[in-house]
Amino acid sequence: MGYGGFRGGVHPFPGKDITKEKAVLEYLPQGELVYPLSQHIGAPARAAVSVGDEVLAGQILGEADGSLSANVISSVSGRVRAIERRMLATGVISESVIVENDREYRPDPGIGKARNPEELTKEEIRTAVKNAGIVGLGGAGFPTHIKLAPGDDGAIEYVIINGAECEPYLTGDYRLMLEEPERILAGLWVILRLFEKAKGIIAIEEDKPKAIERMREAIREKGLEKAPIELCALRTKYPQGAERNLIYAITGRKINSRKLPKDAGCIVCNTATAHAVGMAVCEGLPLMSRIITVTGDAIAHPQNFRVKIGTNYTELIEAAGGFTCEPEKVIAGGPMMGMALTVSDVPVTRTSSALLAFQRDPVAKVKPGSCIRCGRCVKACPCRLLPLKMWQACKHYNLELFQKLYGMDCYECGSCTFVCPARLSLTQSFKEARMMVSNERKRTGTLSSDPEKQDRIKGKAQRQQPRAKAGGAIR
Amino acid sequence: MNELWNVSSSPHVRGFIGTQNLMFDVALALMPAAAFGVYRFGPYALCVLLVAVGFALLTEYTYEVCVEKENTLWDGSALVTGLLLGMNLPPLVPLWIPMLGSIFAILVVKQLFGGIGQNVVNPAMAARCFLLISFAEQMNHYSGMDGISGATPLESLKSGGTVDLAAMFTGFTTGSIGEISTLALLAGGIYLLIKKVIDWVIPVMYLVSFTLFMAVFGGQGADPYYLAAQLCGGGLMIGAWFMATDYATSPVTEKGRFLYAVFLGILTGIFRLWGASAGGVSYALITANLLVPLIEKITIPKAFGWEGQRNG
Repeated sequence: MGYGGFRGGVHPFPGKDITKEKAVLEYLPQGELVYPLSQHIGAPARAAVSVGDEVLAGQILGEADGSLSANVISSVSGRVRAIERRMLATGVISESVIVENDREYRPDPGIGKARNPEELTKEEIRTAVKNAGIVGLGGAGFPTHIKLAPGDDGAIEYVIINGAECEPYLTGDYRLMLEEPERILAGLWVILRLFEKAKGIIAIEEDKPKAIERMREAIREKGLEKAPIELCALRTKYPQGAERNLIYAITGRKINSRKLPKDAGCIVCNTATAHAVGMAVCEGLPLMSRIITVTGDAIAHPQNFRVKIGTNYTELIEAAGGFTCEPEKVIAGGPMMGMALTVSDVPVTRTSSALLAFQRDPVAKVKPGSCIRCGRCVKACPCRLLPLKMWQACKHYNLELFQKLYGMDCYECGSCTFVCPARLSLTQSFKEARMMVSNERKRTGTLSSDPEKQDRIKGKAQRQQPRAKAGGAIR
Repeated sequence: MNELWNVSSSPHVRGFIGTQNLMFDVALALMPAAAFGVYRFGPYALCVLLVAVGFALLTEYTYEVCVEKENTLWDGSALVTGLLLGMNLPPLVPLWIPMLGSIFAILVVKQLFGGIGQNVVNPAMAARCFLLISFAEQMNHYSGMDGISGATPLESLKSGGTVDLAAMFTGFTTGSIGEISTLALLAGGIYLLIKKVIDWVIPVMYLVSFTLFMAVFGGQGADPYYLAAQLCGGGLMIGAWFMATDYATSPVTEKGRFLYAVFLGILTGIFRLWGASAGGVSYALITANLLVPLIEKITIPKAFGWEGQRNG
């Protein structure tokens, strides 16, 4: 049965057939490796090495700095050539540690010690996850050791392993489920050890029956049939893998932008994250690599690669046979939420997932028209927002109204823009507005942790707002 | 570095359905009813339709050339407006009526308010009301055709006469060019539902609320014969399936659509029962259109996960 779940969503061309049967190839980097100290949500890590230092694979290059941060781990052995600012795929410029690869991959002596998770205390498990530099590998990059410490362990009822992989063209999680299901299960098992009352749920979209079958087999092989672990087939639609929608599809509980999954008694981890937790705790191996799907009609030999974090994207394009012709568009990530690249000279980070290259850019030919108020965006929005009204608010720079229309609950999935018959760049304007609002909140300190105080400040601001302005722009 | 790749904000893929597809689907869905009207009333009805469509397109084009706006002739919306207006005219109107109506619809109601999507009331309906009020004689001119009786079914119903339900359903009766065949209009409406151009809420709730209103206030109780005649008569079917569902002038919120449809049903009932002139559906539609901004404002839905909470 398919857990349908949320209202809204779209059905973009899946494009997964290109690489879904391609087994993951290990790719060893040729050039220098770039380790941005900010490749997760929260404060950047603090550099723990200096220029000229010899480093080993698995060594900590950057230490988590502050309460919300994560370690940065070297994926090769070699010498630190520089610590300088480099551009990432997202366009952000981050302080980065540049390591010259000696191609010997000498491991740090501290890593690779197999452990039995049954004998570890909760504290030891969390420390192991923290030391391994694990962050949410689905794309958000939330530090996992913080996610796994929600405060009250007894309040967590579900540990959801997100194998939906609803973004078109991406097949990394799918291959991982087919090739290394036991490590994903090991990770889930470790996480379940932290939350004694929780049930483990592995959620996979229906269009991946092989992955579902393979995970089921793995559960049998590990003798976990009687364990509180369940497989859950989700209806195939985008954005099924979005955290809020996934939680609703599985548990029927709803959270909004102000809440975390733990507020609904849930911990949601991507399959690759669970895999990394399993490796870190059971095998003592920190997060050094991830799967990157290199695909698209401009790539000669589309492929899934296991890539050392820090590898340059340009190398991956060459490893996949290069371009068949000059592409019009190259995207880091999936086509719905990924970033268009101007140059491929950027490093693979922990939150990278794919590199897509297309001969034709369908968006370039798109000519935006006028909103005809057809309401298709309203039907497509998985957050139940009114994108067309938010768009008008953005056009008039009416951020007050944008927030009143729950604009800050938008997670930029792109569904509204995908369906818009007038071809408006709705998501783009929401991204801008959301950034403006969050900057403003940071500046004025409105984002206080005390919700009552927030309401007071907001209420005051709204009262001062002339009524005519708020009313005039709504239509 | 010789790479010159396109950059744009995500998403990097788009769906296939554009404004044009939606408008042409509506035009296609109107075809059975329009064709039946031409079959029933003869080639002159076709002339009326062609003049209405032609002048709608011409006005759109001329205006956009004059004010140097981008040409939107191919989005199909002027075509739909012209077609709807023509279908809402009696078959024997002089040709200057569709001409004037189309110019009014496109120029005054649509373009002067900002063009597609910006109009406050439905252009075809507003033009029809304008014509009904200004040229009552020409606009109520249904008699004089061979073999077709003078009074429309609703007129005879109002004056206590009897009507032939089967003829009203299939369309062998008197009325405006495109509104006579309930069957053809239903076929078009169902096509739009299947193609997901419209959703069911507005047409179905409109018809349901109208039926309930007539059952309570119509003076005939829940008499199926009376109610069926009211449903098949006049512009109700074309109004419910093609006018009330007009994107620009109907609410986008789910609750709003519901409210709007119920309101339409009640207004149509009032105008039909106690109104002085024909065209109850048209007046109900433009009145309801004017309330859409208000309806939308009070029916903004709570976002996912905010149920029962304040947006702080």
